[in-house]
Amino acid sequence: MVVGKSVKRVDAIDKVTGRARYTDDLADKSALIVKICHSTIAHGMVKSIDTSAAENIPGVVKVITCFDVPNRPFPTAGHPWSTDPHHQDVADRMLLNRHVRYYGDEVAVVIGEDEVAAEQGVRALKVEYDELPFVLDVQEAMQDGAPQLHEEFKNNILDHTGYEVGNYEEAIQEPGLVKIEGWYNTPIVQHCHIENHICFAEEQFGKIVIVSSTQIPHIVRRICGQALGLPWGKVRLIKPYIGGGFGNKQDALYEPLCGYCCQQVGGRLVKLDVSREETFVSNRVRHAIRYHIITYARPDGRFVARRLEAFSNQGAYASHGHGVNAKGAGAFKQIYVDDKATKVDAYTVYTNLPAAGAMRAYGIPQVSFAIESSVEDAAKALGIDSLKLRQMNMMPVGYTDSFSKNVNYFDSLNQCIAKGKAYIDYERKHEEYAKQTGPIRRGVGMAIFWYNTAVWPIALEASSCRMVMNQDGSVQLEIGETEIGQGADTAFAQMVADTVGVPFDKVHVLTTQDTDVTPFGTGAYASRQTYVAGFAIHNIGTQLKNKVLKYAEYMTGKPAETLDMAEGVVFEKETQEQLMTIDELATSALYSLDQAEQFSAEGTTQIKTNAYSFGCGFVEVEVDIPMCKVKLLKMINVHDCGRLINPQLAEAQVHGGMSMAIGYGMGEQLLFDPKTGKPLNNNLLDYKLCTMMDHPDLKAEFVENFEPTSPFGTKALGEPPTCPGAPAIRNAILNATGVSVNQTPVTPHILFERFKEEGLL
Amino acid sequence: MYDFSALYEATSVSHAVQLMQEHPDAVLIAGGSDVLIKLREGKLAGAELISIYKLDELREVTIDPDGALRIGPMTSFSHATKSPVLQQYMPVLGEAADTAGGPQLRNVGTVGGNICNGVTSADTASTEVAYDAVLEITGANGVRKLSIHDFYKGPGKVALEKGELLTAILIPKESYENCYGYYIKYAMRNAMDIATIGCSVNVVLSADKQTIQRARIAYGVAGPVPMRARTAEAALAGQPVGEGAIEIVGREVLNDVNPRTSWRASADFRKQIISETARRGLRAAIERAGGVF
Repeated sequence: MVVGKSVKRVDAIDKVTGRARYTDDLADKSALIVKICHSTIAHGMVKSIDTSAAENIPGVVKVITCFDVPNRPFPTAGHPWSTDPHHQDVADRMLLNRHVRYYGDEVAVVIGEDEVAAEQGVRALKVEYDELPFVLDVQEAMQDGAPQLHEEFKNNILDHTGYEVGNYEEAIQEPGLVKIEGWYNTPIVQHCHIENHICFAEEQFGKIVIVSSTQIPHIVRRICGQALGLPWGKVRLIKPYIGGGFGNKQDALYEPLCGYCCQQVGGRLVKLDVSREETFVSNRVRHAIRYHIITYARPDGRFVARRLEAFSNQGAYASHGHGVNAKGAGAFKQIYVDDKATKVDAYTVYTNLPAAGAMRAYGIPQVSFAIESSVEDAAKALGIDSLKLRQMNMMPVGYTDSFSKNVNYFDSLNQCIAKGKAYIDYERKHEEYAKQTGPIRRGVGMAIFWYNTAVWPIALEASSCRMVMNQDGSVQLEIGETEIGQGADTAFAQMVADTVGVPFDKVHVLTTQDTDVTPFGTGAYASRQTYVAGFAIHNIGTQLKNKVLKYAEYMTGKPAETLDMAEGVVFEKETQEQLMTIDELATSALYSLDQAEQFSAEGTTQIKTNAYSFGCGFVEVEVDIPMCKVKLLKMINVHDCGRLINPQLAEAQVHGGMSMAIGYGMGEQLLFDPKTGKPLNNNLLDYKLCTMMDHPDLKAEFVENFEPTSPFGTKALGEPPTCPGAPAIRNAILNATGVSVNQTPVTPHILFERFKEEGLL
Repeated sequence: MYDFSALYEATSVSHAVQLMQEHPDAVLIAGGSDVLIKLREGKLAGAELISIYKLDELREVTIDPDGALRIGPMTSFSHATKSPVLQQYMPVLGEAADTAGGPQLRNVGTVGGNICNGVTSADTASTEVAYDAVLEITGANGVRKLSIHDFYKGPGKVALEKGELLTAILIPKESYENCYGYYIKYAMRNAMDIATIGCSVNVVLSADKQTIQRARIAYGVAGPVPMRARTAEAALAGQPVGEGAIEIVGREVLNDVNPRTSWRASADFRKQIISETARRGLRAAIERAGGVF
């Protein structure tokens, strides 16, 4: 059995030797190059575009402007399509825009023989605008009279949802309650995957063939069909290896525009490769969400009622829209359970900023920062140990979510906390560090979270899978769930090996998804790949194995149900007698003069469950007050993501998430000029993504409670590692200095202001 | 793909001067870590380039007969760090060079380029300013020498005339003799970052290590160009080694600097860091010089 073992990644050799081919490696050198002209105002109407100078540049093939494109709005979010019009994503995108809604919006493209010609062409375009007032702040955008981005969404409110458990107004009347209130702000950040989004398109066989760096090939095929007005089958979308996505590529980015450019040059091959600067602004970002939390607690610490207001900055276009804020708002009532009442209002609001979409952990890093900060603040106000306060109020064992039917089967949170606090020596240090004086002080902090593995019952969860056996008994796996750098192919291969009963090295995962070939699946998002694919692989793998055993019955005369196969050997269950190898069986079957058969199985598997994933993070910091600097000394995440399919890959997944959390907590934020809406730091120098030199040793530990809903006992680990880091860092700084910072990232700039306010400087 | 119209490769200093005369609008490219970025951004699109990358004669660090350290401007940051001459006489320059960017940048970027681009945040510039470096500039009319203090004319502007080339950075013997320096780069990251404040401090102590004979302090990003903190230097001269000197420098440097508020940092925040880096830089330099607190 290989599930549970740290086998080597199936793509390791190809990736480290450079053999693995990515989109740009696959593009023929004859490709025409598309460069985009982005708006240089935050809001307004394009009055005119003078293309004459650009068209005269040698090597410029064609200029397409916002006045040329069809009036056919389309949605971009990488959600499964809904056949119910009320649940479909908002279609507010055009290929190019006359009404520009953020600084960096697409107004025209230049197609050139090469990059230099195309770029010269873009610089030669003369764009005239009628400027409109713009708004960047989420709450200002909701005011009457604020600049309006999309006329059908009054006060720029894309969506609002709310809920009330119990009766909040009644609950807070209880005598003797302590009220704790705070506003918490989270920043706009970008995914910063290594490979910028890139795609190329050409017409072949009466179709548009688009090769793209995407997480969701089947979904992007549908969106391209919608955007180009083509039957979906007329679009063939191919996804090779990709250099990360983290949710940015869970959206149709430039595939529709690239396909359109291809159509406009007679179906010739065109390539659209965006720069890092464009990626920061004109792809997707993580929603900045502002939270207002009021907690009413009894003096003993029990939460009686809590109130959450969440204002999510959507930016200029809907993309994933309200789903992100709604997910965080839904988590609020579950991670802590109030004795009497919980009341929540969540708004998602258009502003003249880059469009926000999916980003690793979909609203939970934001809400975790707010919730875990508010709990720490509550503990301080109540004079209660914050860890005890959490344990008193957090989701109890046996808790069942009425909507998703998720169950908290085990005491996962306490088990995770126990491991984390032991590693940091949290309780002793937390008490000791609170009493420090002097310029350099240490602190410890922590945070907890829960995370949903997949998206059931909000959306479709189905996985299609095909397995085909070769003459030597090896197996090809094709599946709609995608490898995006996280190691999915390896986990899938392990599950196939154990399910079918063949050795690990006999499993070949066809990593390239091609919508004309690969069975339908909705791709890499949520933290669902291993969980969802697990059902499909178990189902289809079992079917394949049964066909093999049926053939063994034909060969041996022994009933199939008395036989089994493991590690590539067919044996009799009762006697354990080895009958033949899969190599022998498969060769015999394929070349049999009597009954030739290639074994294959395929189909779609329905997944109608979901699973709570849990965890916590602990950090130790050293704060240099005169320098306004924080140094991370130690950091640990502990996860219960069920049984580990591949412990080493799981650990790497956690390390990556922790690294993102360090950036979220201490350095990363996209900044915009308040006077113009222009992005200020859309490059990797000025955007402070942390480097290896900014990391402490990262520790990842696990609690392995077998998830009962999964055939492999697994659940979410892709996104959860990003959740606890930022609030844990913020809480450690509070422990060290007594200074609370209610916004992330906690940069030296913010610490300087706060230390001055609190008299430390 | 970079948008440039021609590349001329100089084979000697005189050839470089000749090429600059023949192509007066051409841009000089050394390591390329600034020029290529500007080309990519379209700022120098279509430019002609004159490469001096192959001028190994400008890549050495040696000692002149008068004792001055002669640093070839084509010396890369990483070679500056590893130079035995600098390690012996002026290790602070190599340490400052080692804070620039990341390993790849330090292998191509040059110490000459670091000052010729005229930016205030250049990691090696403040140390050269703090050591009263003298620049040797070669043009069609021969060689001239200029104090680094007269070299900076404003952000991005230096005193190189058309057809002129920096051919040496000279550190006078009186600057480095018995002198111990320390550089603090204050940035938002521990690598691959640009300085929010760069502070280079050096001291000469009395023979008994009890008194500060001379202190020099220079900053990057405390003003539009790298600059000295002369009020603070004057206040330190003759002060006994001790906490008092630290208090003096932390206070007095604020009389010398003029940081501005930008989206990168507020002036008040920069002043806090200017003061604190002076305190820490002075303490470290004194300790290196053998002073004991």
